Amino acid sequence: MAHIQLKNISKTFGNHTALTGLNLDIADGEFFVLLGETGAGKTTTLRMIAGLEKPDEGQILIDGADVADWGAAERDVALVLQQYSLYPRYTVRENLEFPLKPKIRRIEPDEIKTRVDRVAKTLRIEHLLDRKTDRLSGGEMQRVSIGRAIVRKPRVFLMDEPLSALDAKLREALRTELKNIQMNLGQTFLFVTHDQIEAMSMGDKVGVLNHGRIVQTGTPYEIYNNPRDTYVASFVGSPPMNLIDGKLVNGRAVMAPLNFELPFAGGARTSGETDGRPLVFGIRPEDLYLESGAPVEARVHDVENHGVEKILTLRVGDTMLRATVPARTDVEIEQPVRFAWDPDKVVLFDKGTGVSLRHAG
Amino acid sequence: MATAVMTTLDPKSRSAARGMSDLSIRNLFIIPTIVFLIVFNIFPLLYSLGYSFTDFRASSPAAANFVGLQNYRELLNDPFIWSNFAITAKYVIVSVVGQVIVGFGVALLLNRDIPLKGLLTTLLLLPMMLSMAVVGLFWKLLYDPSFGIINYTLGLGSFEWLSNPDMALYAVAITDIWMWSPFVMLLSLAGLSAVPKHLYEAAAIDRAGSFYTFFRITLPLVAPILMIAIIFRTMEAFKTFDLAYILTSQPTTEVISIRLYKMAFQEWQTGRSCALAYIVLIMILAITNIYVKYLNKVKER
Repeated sequence: MAHIQLKNISKTFGNHTALTGLNLDIADGEFFVLLGETGAGKTTTLRMIAGLEKPDEGQILIDGADVADWGAAERDVALVLQQYSLYPRYTVRENLEFPLKPKIRRIEPDEIKTRVDRVAKTLRIEHLLDRKTDRLSGGEMQRVSIGRAIVRKPRVFLMDEPLSALDAKLREALRTELKNIQMNLGQTFLFVTHDQIEAMSMGDKVGVLNHGRIVQTGTPYEIYNNPRDTYVASFVGSPPMNLIDGKLVNGRAVMAPLNFELPFAGGARTSGETDGRPLVFGIRPEDLYLESGAPVEARVHDVENHGVEKILTLRVGDTMLRATVPARTDVEIEQPVRFAWDPDKVVLFDKGTGVSLRHAG
Repeated sequence: MATAVMTTLDPKSRSAARGMSDLSIRNLFIIPTIVFLIVFNIFPLLYSLGYSFTDFRASSPAAANFVGLQNYRELLNDPFIWSNFAITAKYVIVSVVGQVIVGFGVALLLNRDIPLKGLLTTLLLLPMMLSMAVVGLFWKLLYDPSFGIINYTLGLGSFEWLSNPDMALYAVAITDIWMWSPFVMLLSLAGLSAVPKHLYEAAAIDRAGSFYTFFRITLPLVAPILMIAIIFRTMEAFKTFDLAYILTSQPTTEVISIRLYKMAFQEWQTGRSCALAYIVLIMILAITNIYVKYLNKVKER
């Protein structure tokens, strides 16, 4: 159990700046997901908390104690890496025992056995215990490496894209499993991923990292419905949020180059100061709907059938918009349709800074 | 099968223009080597096997008489030969153990980010590249009791390294360790750098101490390549001749190949020495086989 705080962390590798002024607060028992593209600094953050890397600036606190001078062992964290890092030449059981075996731990052999067996049962790898690690499949290896983390009862679990090397089905299964494990253990988890579906489905809280900075922290709901800026808006969600340039004129959204208008119900924030200012309108694909009497006409550019729903790409002039519609909607490519949006769900971003007007100021 | 592997010669190539085929080019490269091997290795090997059953003496014009297994019987019953083998065994153990400890130790020290690592490694490899005779000659000077630098540095006065019968074999072994530790170091370094870094990180996270990490991760992963180094060094140490011969002539340093040399070229017991050579060959083969078995076991784990 631990409460982790990162204060104003900066880190550079040679000329490359990995992190700048990073602040992070992970509450005790929280499943925190750090989401970002490759190279955003996720792994570096994780390795610094684990004690494998030292920050150039800033403080890392675990339960209020500055851990700058602590080695990885003293921090008592568990780290699950993408490449599994199982110890070669040993069996699964020996791998699971590894963290318990050092003499200084003084754990009774009986205790080791019970713990290993319990973990194997949780992860459903009991039948593999006597197998050598090089005879395991990817999913099995990842289970063992998660098992090796759990068996020790560390204060914090750090996971570096543990699921990204697995195939889709297994990834889904392990996602649920991991979330369950975390709920049962009630431990602090820091999970790093570039996959926004993983982030949304597993995290109690999500931190979006972009170029070494935390852009937004919040619950998956907040991140999804109220993105702080256009980066978060376009990164989170699949398909991503539609972003359209335009202006507000008398309470209506006017898309400047396209000459189409939509009603807007932004509430208090749409005062006179936003009128006429260049803005970006963000709307989730599921908040666009097709209707015969709707105000804007578009052509269907592409149809993706996902079974439960269809993702349409609509073409207005030369702007492409994505809309998620029920699967039974009958459309064909190049068919003219009319669409509208849910005016309550529109998010406004400043054109210049990209920051959401709800977050600014 | 060989023809299936070979690719056809490019018809526009110079060799083709000279009327050479694929096959003739292959023969051009391989036949000289095979001839060389047959003339200088295989033929003497078989010829000496024949001599080992005779009482042939290369110094006398008398014809060789077939004596059956008499040479082998006498050699294997000769306590002096066995004492030569005992000396050889002692020498092999001391020098190979020493080389593994020093070589692997230095490799561990070098296997990290240190400045001038490449230069340092190259310099450390130098002893291995010298000629045995040169090494023997200058270590003889280093060991010299009156002006040798070893006694001077260690403050041992006029300690006699090479003329002291109890010390001489160790002195030869020390020279061998100096010369061949770099070989063990080189192979160990290759093995060590092949251990993925993330395993060490995982071990650090798992709160394993440095000893535990070394014995549970580093050593098992380096073991196969270290084993190969040990095989090579044991074979070499077993047939050591030049170093021991140049450095000293104590009876306590008379390793088996020196005995063999004396028997063949000082006593001119050609037939007998051929038999001894065969005994040594069989022993080396046996030891190597034990090692290779063990190596396969280590690899399987």
